[in-house]
Amino acid sequence: MMRDMRVALMVTCINDALYPGTGQAVVTLLRRLGVDVEFPESQTCCAQPMVNTGYLDEAVPVVRNFVDAFAGYDAVVTPSGSCAGCARHQHSIVARRSGDASLAAAVETTSPKVYELSEFLVDVLGVTDVGAYYPHTVTYHPTCHSLRMLGVGDRPRQLLEHVRGLTLLELPAADQCCGFGGTFAVKNADTSVAMGSDKARHVRETGAEVLAAGDNSCLTHIGGLLTRQRSGVRAVHLAEILAATEGGRG
Amino acid sequence: MSGTFVGMPAFPQAAHEALGNAQLRRNLAHATGTIRAKRQRLVDEVNANSDWEALRLAGAGVKESALVDLATHLETLERTLTANGATVHWANDAAEANAIVASIATRHGVNEVVKVKSMVTQEINLNEALAAEGIAAWETDLAELIVQLGDDLPSHILVPAIHRNRSEIRDIFLSKMAAAGRPAPADLTDEPAVLAAAARSHLREKFLRAKVGVSGANFAVAETGTLVVVESEGNGRMCLTLPEVLVSVVGIEKVVPTWEGLDPLLRLLPRSSTGERMNPYTSMWNGVASGDGPQEVHVVLLDNGRTNALADEVGRQALRCIRCSACLNVCPVYERTGGHAYGSVYPGPIGAILNPLLRGVGHDDQVDSLPYASSLCGACFDACPVRIDIPSVLVDLRAQVVDAHRGGVPKAEALAMKATAVAFSDARRLRFGERFTGLGLRVAGRVGARKWTSARDLPPAPRESFRAWWKRTDGGRR
Repeated sequence: MMRDMRVALMVTCINDALYPGTGQAVVTLLRRLGVDVEFPESQTCCAQPMVNTGYLDEAVPVVRNFVDAFAGYDAVVTPSGSCAGCARHQHSIVARRSGDASLAAAVETTSPKVYELSEFLVDVLGVTDVGAYYPHTVTYHPTCHSLRMLGVGDRPRQLLEHVRGLTLLELPAADQCCGFGGTFAVKNADTSVAMGSDKARHVRETGAEVLAAGDNSCLTHIGGLLTRQRSGVRAVHLAEILAATEGGRG
Repeated sequence: MSGTFVGMPAFPQAAHEALGNAQLRRNLAHATGTIRAKRQRLVDEVNANSDWEALRLAGAGVKESALVDLATHLETLERTLTANGATVHWANDAAEANAIVASIATRHGVNEVVKVKSMVTQEINLNEALAAEGIAAWETDLAELIVQLGDDLPSHILVPAIHRNRSEIRDIFLSKMAAAGRPAPADLTDEPAVLAAAARSHLREKFLRAKVGVSGANFAVAETGTLVVVESEGNGRMCLTLPEVLVSVVGIEKVVPTWEGLDPLLRLLPRSSTGERMNPYTSMWNGVASGDGPQEVHVVLLDNGRTNALADEVGRQALRCIRCSACLNVCPVYERTGGHAYGSVYPGPIGAILNPLLRGVGHDDQVDSLPYASSLCGACFDACPVRIDIPSVLVDLRAQVVDAHRGGVPKAEALAMKATAVAFSDARRLRFGERFTGLGLRVAGRVGARKWTSARDLPPAPRESFRAWWKRTDGGRR
């Protein structure tokens, strides 16, 4: 990492509203690794809910807000493969739709600086052992957008394998989608639940106490099925595992 | 005999029905899982010696080069086919193509034709059009025969009877074969070899009797006027060589400029579709060969929406499709709903983009529902041998669907999206809204969001939002 790099946390709308603990974990983790992460308070959302449902005009002001909020930072870190994927691969579509050349230019500057958490840790900071301690059995679901849109590969695994006390259990059919898919989860609720039920069954088959993933949207879906089934398996974001230490957080 | 997809409900409703069918779910999971594993072994094998990605790029490049100058290649194809003694017909749509095939059959005074498995003739409902003229169109591919005898609809591009298991097939053969020709033996078992033998003797007399054969084509090589059909069972070879008259209906996107271009495509197709290094039968013919095979050869070049798709800047890549069905086999949605839910002969991820592209969006709820029949997981793009970025096309088509409905009375979804966009355009508005997150979740759980909560719990509401925490504690520093 370059010295004096200005790093922003893009917490994501879902984490902001529903999972503040995940955002706090990223802050804890990055500070422990020597990064003085900032939280630009004007940030809101990456606009993916609008883009992926087909509402491109509605996405324009949201993307404009995004590039304004993160202008001037050297890196934007987010605990979401899906939101990072939207920023890197879809903001240009929205900018083109707007017909606004200055927005397109701003997107071109900001998009490549957006990193999913495991990418930032492994590629930018160059660490795989983040000094975490998490004495639990864990199975890991590689979310689709981190796997196929960003190509994070085995970075999350490398990070988990270095966590002391953690036993990683292999998830069968791991690379198959959990069925969340944003508005797909309600527009095609039956199919979404059918996919999620199979994912939840595979999770239970591992016998793990904890299901980990790098996206709380997918975890809301799989975790929602697991708790409805009273399975006793907890869904925990990767960041919260990596932030944990012997003395508790921090 | 078999029906059509006309009048099918929109995807969510059709999927709801299909998901309740336990037998279908089991058949599909087994079949797609098996083909997926076979394909993966062959991709790994290619990667061990050379580079699958390079092969994909080459295949995509060939199809792309054909599409950028489609008109020129089609004119070349017409010239070479004609020089080879074939008669070339141009059809704008299904009705024109069906009328051409029916008039050829009628001119020869036949009441039946034998068919090679072909997606395009299903797309235009040729069998039904011929039946209306009193001409029986016999499907000769084993799986198509099962679908046809069962008065059923195809549910997969490559294996159209994928939703059937062997005991269901035995029942269909026993109850339906007699009405269509040679009956199944009374002691028919559900052993695959026994079922295949029954189909073989049933079909053999049709091959030997038919005067007119009908096919599609996997590729049409412009430089030499050569049509290519790849298949596994040999039924295609029979239909292409035994009848006196051969009519091939070919979508205009099937043109490949040169033989060199066939090379990567013939490597990619069998590996991606059946999970084989090479398909058992590859038939190629250049018009009429004197004294050998059909002495009257017709080629019907069909548009049927393809020039619409070609005009779509993002969607035109769908015309690269070589109908391998790899995207169906890896699709988690298809694996659970099966093909019928897509309401088209083109199901799965490719169907979810091809149908809207060919037929246009904004005038049919069923078509408009297809781009949303995906979780955008991206497995299809990874599997596609000609690198069609299906997720990006799906997202673009969703925008086209939304745009087509702008201006009228907005739906609840449109209002919700507009409201969300307003909240997300300014953090001050969002901060205000987030004070009510807990209340929102409780209300959602009680009254709305049933579609979420029917099977899934909602997460408990946090005490405060992240931004409220950051402000209160100065980012955890106090």
